[in-house]
Formats: sequence, C-alpha cells, structure tokens
Amino acid sequence: MTAPMTVTDTPTGPVNPGSWQYRQLNSRAPGLSYLSDALSALVADGHPVMAGTADLQYSNGLARFAARHPDRFVQFGISEQNMVSAAAGIATTGVMPFVATFASFLGLLCCEQIRMDIAYSALPVRLIGHHAGIALGFYGTSHHATEDLAIMRSIAGLTVVNPADGPQLAAAIKASADHPEPIYFRIGRGQEPNVYEDLPDFQFGKAIEHETGSDLTVIACGTMVHPCLEAVRALRASGLSVGLIDMHTIKPLDRDAVLAAAERSRVILTVEEHNILGGLGGAVAEVMAEAGTKALLIRHGIRDEYSLIAPPTHLYRHYQLDAAGIETVVRDILA
Amino acid sequence: MPTTATAAPAPDPMGAERTLMPAPLTPETIAHLEERARHVRLETIRLIAIAKVGHYSSTFSCAELFATLYYDAMRLRHGEPRWPDRDRFLMGKGHAAVGLYPLLADWGFFPKELLDGYTRLGNPLGDHPDMTKVPGVDFSSGSIGHALSAGLGMVMGGRMMNRRFDVYVMLGDGEMQEGQVWEAAMAAAHQKAGNLIAIVDRNGYQLDGQVDEVMGIEPLAGKWRAFGWEVHEVDGHDVAALATLFRRLKQDRTREKPACIIARTLKGKGVGYMEREAGWHLGYLAPEDEAAAIAEIMGQPASPAIPREAAAQGDAR
Repeated sequence: MTAPMTVTDTPTGPVNPGSWQYRQLNSRAPGLSYLSDALSALVADGHPVMAGTADLQYSNGLARFAARHPDRFVQFGISEQNMVSAAAGIATTGVMPFVATFASFLGLLCCEQIRMDIAYSALPVRLIGHHAGIALGFYGTSHHATEDLAIMRSIAGLTVVNPADGPQLAAAIKASADHPEPIYFRIGRGQEPNVYEDLPDFQFGKAIEHETGSDLTVIACGTMVHPCLEAVRALRASGLSVGLIDMHTIKPLDRDAVLAAAERSRVILTVEEHNILGGLGGAVAEVMAEAGTKALLIRHGIRDEYSLIAPPTHLYRHYQLDAAGIETVVRDILA
Repeated sequence: MPTTATAAPAPDPMGAERTLMPAPLTPETIAHLEERARHVRLETIRLIAIAKVGHYSSTFSCAELFATLYYDAMRLRHGEPRWPDRDRFLMGKGHAAVGLYPLLADWGFFPKELLDGYTRLGNPLGDHPDMTKVPGVDFSSGSIGHALSAGLGMVMGGRMMNRRFDVYVMLGDGEMQEGQVWEAAMAAAHQKAGNLIAIVDRNGYQLDGQVDEVMGIEPLAGKWRAFGWEVHEVDGHDVAALATLFRRLKQDRTREKPACIIARTLKGKGVGYMEREAGWHLGYLAPEDEAAAIAEIMGQPASPAIPREAAAQGDAR
C-alpha cells in the first residue's frame, strides 16, 4: 500500500481536446468521479473499504480515491488475476475490497478467479468492470466486453449489477455496504449522460419502471437506459403506448417486473450493450419462457458477433444502440 | 493410533500464545512433531480408505510441514477457527487437504467425527479444502496458482485492520509453472509483505511426471530471489530444521522481504514403494498394502509390499 505517484484530484492546466492528453481528458470524463466519491462516502460512514486497480487508476477515476485515501488504495500493476485473488484474501480479514479494471479483462481473463476465490468462497468482494460493452470503440475487440454479463450471470452466488449512470452507481455502492454477497458492477466509460439525479433510490433486484405501455415495453440496462428513455419519450409523443424498465440488476432478476410488463404489453424489447445471447435478453427470455407469457420477446444488442471498430458514438449509431436507432427498432416492430 | 489429546495449547487470555523468544527446541518437541507427522500419514491412509481414491503421496511429502506449522510455528487458538489474529495457512496444492483435516479437527475447529465421513455425500471434507464448509480452512483451493495472491491479500487486509499475523502459503513445485504465482511474487515484494511466507513443497513430481521434465522450474531459489524474496532451502522432512527456520522467521519482525522456503521433499515419503514409483499421484491401497504402509510409517519392519498401479488419473469416484 504505497502512496500513489503524484496524483491530482482535478486536472490542472488547459486541455487541448485535439491532443493526446490522455490522463487529463480521462479525468474530465464527468462520470468518473462517482466511483471514487461513492467509495469515499463509504469510508466516511466508517466502512472498512479498500480499492484497487490494475494500472487503470486514470481510466476508472480511482486516482481520485487514491489521492484521498492512499492507505486504502492498492496499485496492482498489470496483474488482473493477482488483483482478483488478492481481493478475496483481503475480504477474509473483514475489509470490503473494490477492485476495478476493464470489463473485458475482469469478465474473461479473471473469470476463474472470480468463480473460485470470490463467488465459491462467498467473500464480499466488489468487482468493477468499467468501459463495458463496446465503449472502448476503436481500441478493438480485446477491449470490448460483450460477454461479461453472460459469464457473471452463470456464476452462482454473484450479484450482477449494471447501473445506468454515475448517480445510480453511487447509489448501488452505498447499498452494497449491507449486501453480503459478492457483486459485479458493470459500468461504462464515465461519459454517458445521466439518467438520474444524485443518489436515486436503489435496491438490488428491484427494477425501476420509468413508463408503462400496452404496445411494447423496453427493458434496458446500463448505458442503454438513457438512449432508451429518449427513444421511448419520442415514441410516446407520437402516440405509441411504450413502456420502459431500467433493469439495473441482472441477477437476481426482478421477475415480477418482467412478468407484469409481459402481461400488459404485446411485445417486450430488451436493449443491452452486450451480446444478445446470455445477458439481459437471455435472462428475460428465461423468465418469460418458463412463465409461458403471451408477449413476444425481441432482443436488441450485439448480434453474436465481434463489434466493428470506430469511435463509440459511431458504433452505437451503427448497431442502432443510440436513441434514434432504438426508436427505429421499436417502430419497425410495431409497424 | 497416536494420541492427540495433548497437542493443542490452552487459550491464553492475554493473546500471547507464543512469545517472541520461543522455548528451545527440545528432543521432546522434536519427537512430538515427528509423531504428529506420522499422525498425518496414518490419518491420510485412514481417510483415503473411505474415499477409495486420493492423493497419498502429495500429502506424505508435506506431512512434516503440516506438523511443524500446526504444532510449532503457527499462532492459533484451540476451538477458535475464526480468531482474527490467528496465523493463516493457505494451500496452492489443495489436493493435500486430506492431511490437513485431521490437524484442524485436533485443534478443535470441528468435531473429529466428521473425518469418518470424508468425501461422503453431505460431508464438508472433500479432496480440496472449502473455507465455506470447513472451519479452520483459511482459504478454498483446488485451482492451482491462486493461493499466493490470496495470501498476499490477507497480509494487505490485516495491515489495514491493524492486525499482525503471519500468512503461510504452501505451494506445489508444479505450481511454479502457473503465471499468477509470479504476479503475486512480484506484488508481495513490492508491498513489502514481510509476514508472508511461501513454502514450496519441492517433491519433484506433478501429474504427468517429473517436474523438471514436464516444465523445468530451476533455478528456483534464484527466481524467488530475483523477485525480491528472502529464500531458504531446507530438508522438508527434518522437523528440527523446519521448526528452527519457522521460529527464526517468526522472531524476525523487521523483515520487509517476504520469505520463500524451498522444502526439499520426497513424494510419497514414508512409504517405500510410493517414494520409488513415479506414477504415484492418485491411488488407492488395497488392505494388504495399507497394512504394510502403516507398519512402515510406524517404523516397524515392513513386509514386502506389492507395488500397485496408481489408479487412473482423475478417477475420483
């Protein structure tokens, strides 16, 4: 637990967006402060919290936490598996560790450490997989995570949460203080527009209903909630009866919310920044199939393929995962 | 069967189970540790007879390590498996857990009767240790290569909680082939984890044959030194040498470097035909072989044992 290198809490000096001032640009991503601030709030409340990362403290904003609490921050270097197993060891001593790295590395590279050392061992480790989905755009497939929900969801004893934005992440972290199970938090890159005001109500496994509709209900998670909300508002303004559920907890899934929506709507559309296999769409499909609902299910997301490379916003447009694209998908379904 | 009643010290209300200047290593202590190592081997034979297949030889190679750790080196409280200041023990080579369980029972961490149902449906004791099921198991294992990282995490957590305990991690020599071990080794030195002690059971064998033929790991001491560790090489069957070394390491409270003990051992130590036969990883002893093995462990003249083929690898029915 050595003190980190010189770390500034806030960027100093002018940042030229056209330049490659990576750290400063990164630390200006508005969503990044939520993670560190939520952890600091837990510390302030007397919770025995530690945080760690694997050479990504500027990407996930934990540099901010490290600067405030150098004795509670561990820099693991580029050793994700070591970090995850060590987090399990830390948790055995009564400390609640939060360890963060890119979702691709966490979900795929560290899958077995998560299963064996954390979930099977029932240790209250908090895993933060950031830049999930295709948020790392042109960095390529190695950095994309479109499988992590499917992987984490099938690990027994692990709670899987995909907050919509920074405020909901902060609320989930606050709620996690009393959550006995290990948790996987899947988050974006900190540049998503906020859906919620500061510290919204949050309960693990309790979906948030934004709108109800009889034609179609969109069930979305994570970064997709905001564009879905925009799309649903436009659809409703044009007279369609479209609902929206923020399914922030993928496991345990809010079955009641799914079944109520399937009762009331002709179509359920799941929207996720993830492969349509095994993630939110898969989880909702299981509930609907077993209950024998009459509603039709359509899964929207990455269609079992490796994403193209492009800046993230271009990718969202290409895969119809932006508001306009989602609106088109719904209109096509209801046409 | 050896007695177990006097093994564990009574709890000390001051928490000073072990002074910083340990009592001299008397012949009685050495004899006791040797007896405990025999107990590990005999119990291993007894328990594997219940499972009908098990890792005798991997457990026999570390019997003296188990005995010295649990009856001399480690700071523990009888009947208190979750005492927060206890020393921790983790096994990278989790398949030797059959030798650990009898010691945990002896420490009063769970009823000894549980041993009689080893591996049977509903019993918590399996081939690999599970911390959620077995009181006294400080960390689950089974997938090789994670334990040193987890042990390092315990050191870091203990530091934040202002608790000073030692963390012992026993690793197989085949385990040295796992990359994560070296991630943890690098991190432990960087974190100045002086209370982390890795023990490599250098018995020379892994499933597919001799370690140095499957995937060479030498120069092993040089590797650990290069990663910033203090390295000690010792005869892993000499309880006096082991106890002396563990005591010295425990007394040295100023050490910043983590310590690695390379314990030179024999796979199958204590039973001649297991020592001599490379194939002995998983196996099962027929009654006549079991009797011969017990006689040999007890130091009686062994009747000529018929070497048996090891059971098919991975056959754990």
